[in-house]
Amino acid sequence: MSRSALPTGQTEQTSASAPRADIGADMLKTLVACPQCDTLHSAVAVDLDTRARCKRCHAVLLAPRRDAFTKITVLAITSSIMMVAAVFFPFLTLEAGGFRNATSVFDAVLAFSSGLMIPLSVAVAGLIILIPFTRLLAIIYTLWPLLKGRPPYAHARAMFRLAEGLRPWSMAEIFIVGVTVALVKVAGLASVSLGPAFWAFVGLVLVTALQDSFMCRLTVWKALDQGPSR
Amino acid sequence: MTSGTPVFDAPVSEALAHTTLVTARNAGLVACHRCGQVHAAGTQTCRRCAGPISSRDPHSLQRVWAWLIAGIIVYIPANTYPMLLTSTLGDQQESTIMGGFVDLMHHGSYAVALIVFFASVVIPMSKFAAIGYLAYSVRSRSALDPHQRHRLYEVVEFIGRWSMIDVFVVAILSALVQLGSVATINPGIAAVSFALSVAFTMLSAQSIDPRLIWDASSPPAPPFSHDATVSSVSASLKDPSP
Repeated sequence: MSRSALPTGQTEQTSASAPRADIGADMLKTLVACPQCDTLHSAVAVDLDTRARCKRCHAVLLAPRRDAFTKITVLAITSSIMMVAAVFFPFLTLEAGGFRNATSVFDAVLAFSSGLMIPLSVAVAGLIILIPFTRLLAIIYTLWPLLKGRPPYAHARAMFRLAEGLRPWSMAEIFIVGVTVALVKVAGLASVSLGPAFWAFVGLVLVTALQDSFMCRLTVWKALDQGPSR
Repeated sequence: MTSGTPVFDAPVSEALAHTTLVTARNAGLVACHRCGQVHAAGTQTCRRCAGPISSRDPHSLQRVWAWLIAGIIVYIPANTYPMLLTSTLGDQQESTIMGGFVDLMHHGSYAVALIVFFASVVIPMSKFAAIGYLAYSVRSRSALDPHQRHRLYEVVEFIGRWSMIDVFVVAILSALVQLGSVATINPGIAAVSFALSVAFTMLSAQSIDPRLIWDASSPPAPPFSHDATVSSVSASLKDPSP
């Protein structure tokens, strides 16, 4: 690399075999590495509502938003309330030949609860109910004390790691598109009407998308850093 | 590219502009891929987020290939076995993925037919190809530059989940259409293998360590000559900020 860029007069170089302890913790705190391509950047304060991108791969490193923690927490609480409505209220009602069948998401999950289809039932329940709900709770748990200016709760780090890890597996929005496809498929067979839970689900998807747009991982991690709790 | 806002303060950006970009590994450091925290080499647990860290995931490619092959294997029964078992007025019908697509086309619902076709055939197939290509190109020369391959990686990560649509459609249909003798829909075994295929491919995509994509194109790390690079970075950082 560019040894020539070394300013003269720097005397802190040690022999090449020295242990890495010579890089102090203070020094490491001033650096941030791009999670995507490992490029080192200096961790400077980024203005609100602007984005800092990696110099090399252009991945967004920091995107702090004004009052982000408040907004995320409020939206997460909103989503969890809508979630309850979305799961238990009737979702779709089907009528054909004198038969009538109202289905909630809960019923959709139970539909598979026999024989070989149990794993499928568990998977669907997980992807559209359990995982999104766990993720919301983990986010609220992480951010609530920070919002109040208190140190984070115990295991807040593990909870936030969980929330981030579950993100790709939280599939409520995909479920909504699935519903649309299913509606078209049965349209010829019977008349279908949408129940309140459908609209709760649509709201849930929009609120979650908004909530994720306020989320800046590195900002949350930095905020967690400042608390004494581990 | 950089959305028009200054990312670094002046001295640092000046310093970085005059030097080659340094990766954490080249600087003899280990970075956390979740929270960006940088640690001294050899650190195993992230100080900030308390998760396990490594400079490069040594088993990344193994896991990518293992999940990918598993995903392709279970994708085969997903296509050959029936996805939906429909019975209307005593008439039994089994439809596979392609069968469902053809049905929708006959009904004239072209838009929905295309969604289904994309979610259950085009996306899984291109995902297999894209992941395989990304994993292969880490080790060998590639026609695409790392920016393009990184883009491909992001697209694969983003789009993979959408293949689950088909599984949800089957779940909704079989919950909804339970009208006794008039019409009943039940899930077929292909629904399970399709769900598994999507999950395995998602795991495969998540196992890719994106840093490997960039490593392949950058000059190899000078083995443990990191003192110079670290202090050049540290020197630039010690400039007093205005």
